[in-house]
Amino acid sequence: MAKPKIATAALTSCFGCHMSVLDIDERILELIEIIDFDKSPINDIKKFTGQCAIGLIEGGCGNEENVHVLQEFRKHCDILIALGDCAIMGDIPAMRNNIPLKECLDEAYLNGPSVHNPEKIIPNDKEIPLCLDRVYPCSEIVKIDYSLPGCPPNAEIIWQALVAILNNKPLDLPYEIIKYD
Amino acid sequence: MSNEINFVIDGVEVTGKPGQTILEACDEAGIYIPRLCRHPELTPRGSCRLCTVLVNGRPQAACTQPITEGMIVESETEELNENRRNIIDMLFVEGNHFCMFCERSGNCELQALGYRFGILAPKYDYFYPKREIDATHPDIFIDRNRCILCGRCVEASRTVDGKGVFEFVGRGPERKIAINAEQFLKDTNLKITDKAADVCPVGAIIKKRTAFTTPIGKRKYDKKPIGSDIEEKRKKD
Ligand code: SF4
Ligand code: SF4
Repeated sequence: MAKPKIATAALTSCFGCHMSVLDIDERILELIEIIDFDKSPINDIKKFTGQCAIGLIEGGCGNEENVHVLQEFRKHCDILIALGDCAIMGDIPAMRNNIPLKECLDEAYLNGPSVHNPEKIIPNDKEIPLCLDRVYPCSEIVKIDYSLPGCPPNAEIIWQALVAILNNKPLDLPYEIIKYD
Repeated sequence: MSNEINFVIDGVEVTGKPGQTILEACDEAGIYIPRLCRHPELTPRGSCRLCTVLVNGRPQAACTQPITEGMIVESETEELNENRRNIIDMLFVEGNHFCMFCERSGNCELQALGYRFGILAPKYDYFYPKREIDATHPDIFIDRNRCILCGRCVEASRTVDGKGVFEFVGRGPERKIAINAEQFLKDTNLKITDKAADVCPVGAIIKKRTAFTTPIGKRKYDKKPIGSDIEEKRKKD
């Protein structure tokens, strides 16, 4: 029987959650005994090769491309996991959520103390994904099956959750590994 | 009058003293009832409703309800714990709780309750409200993004410090902690030694230059759930 596949993506985030996946250290060898990585920045596979058992989503949705990727993941993954606080609640990028988008762009491209932009251009090329009015938690865009909190989540919670889900067991996570920071 | 009052909570017989609340008697007996607004040195307000228990079948706040002879109390029921979880979830989504950079993280009572209840993410959508920060005071700041309106600071400032630096204003979603001064916290007579600067259960009132001193792993709730100090009393007996 073919091994189940795991796909991963980083949306509006810092890549820290992916680093934390690598923090499972040599257990990654155990992991690839039982799964194959599909579309993921870890192996640089750009397209889904088929249906995946698990999708790991790092980051919330701050632009339209994020929404598109997230919806693709929902279609191609049986189980979707919001990995880390950005995916769950937007985290640091969501600090802009109660500031109007125009104010954020003005500050970043016109008024910020270190800005040099004599032509006063706010990037608006159609190649650049359009910024959303705020950063949306993944669960507001698609159905999320599991959430693993942390900024980033520790390797232990990632490992124990993956093992439980791959074995069809309920998530019975010990107290010390659930952290919101 | 007898000096003992006997009652039953979740099938366990507890003996308390006259004048005690359910919460106080249970704390002494090593039975933890989750709570948030309650501070042991302040008058109980019964506002967060986390400690709601059934007394002879009726919901009551354990922090304000006095014990009576023969009362039957239920606390660890599925329904009550579901309600408690919902309250915690709501408190998280109603504010802006960025634990990853919060000075109280690891020592925060709201966060600790989230951990104790095994909450991986709140079940409601986030509000992202716009809230004010006041860092004008040389020693203390207030960040209302994290305020859960427990009222501890109001009560401590009024009754312990005799000052009235903090006060509630507004109603419903507009309710917030106001400062008793023309404009800023620096214009009040709040002192770093005041009780009001010491009682916030979350990271809303923080003493400056005190944060991030304890390494991760050694903070109050890193290894042991909130309430385990109370529960340990019972295990020893
Ligand atoms: S007050 Fe508590 S729950 Fe809120 S951000 Fe700070 S640590 Fe987290
Ligand atoms: S500032 Fe802190 S102590 Fe005061 S009401 Fe808010 S949460 Fe409670």
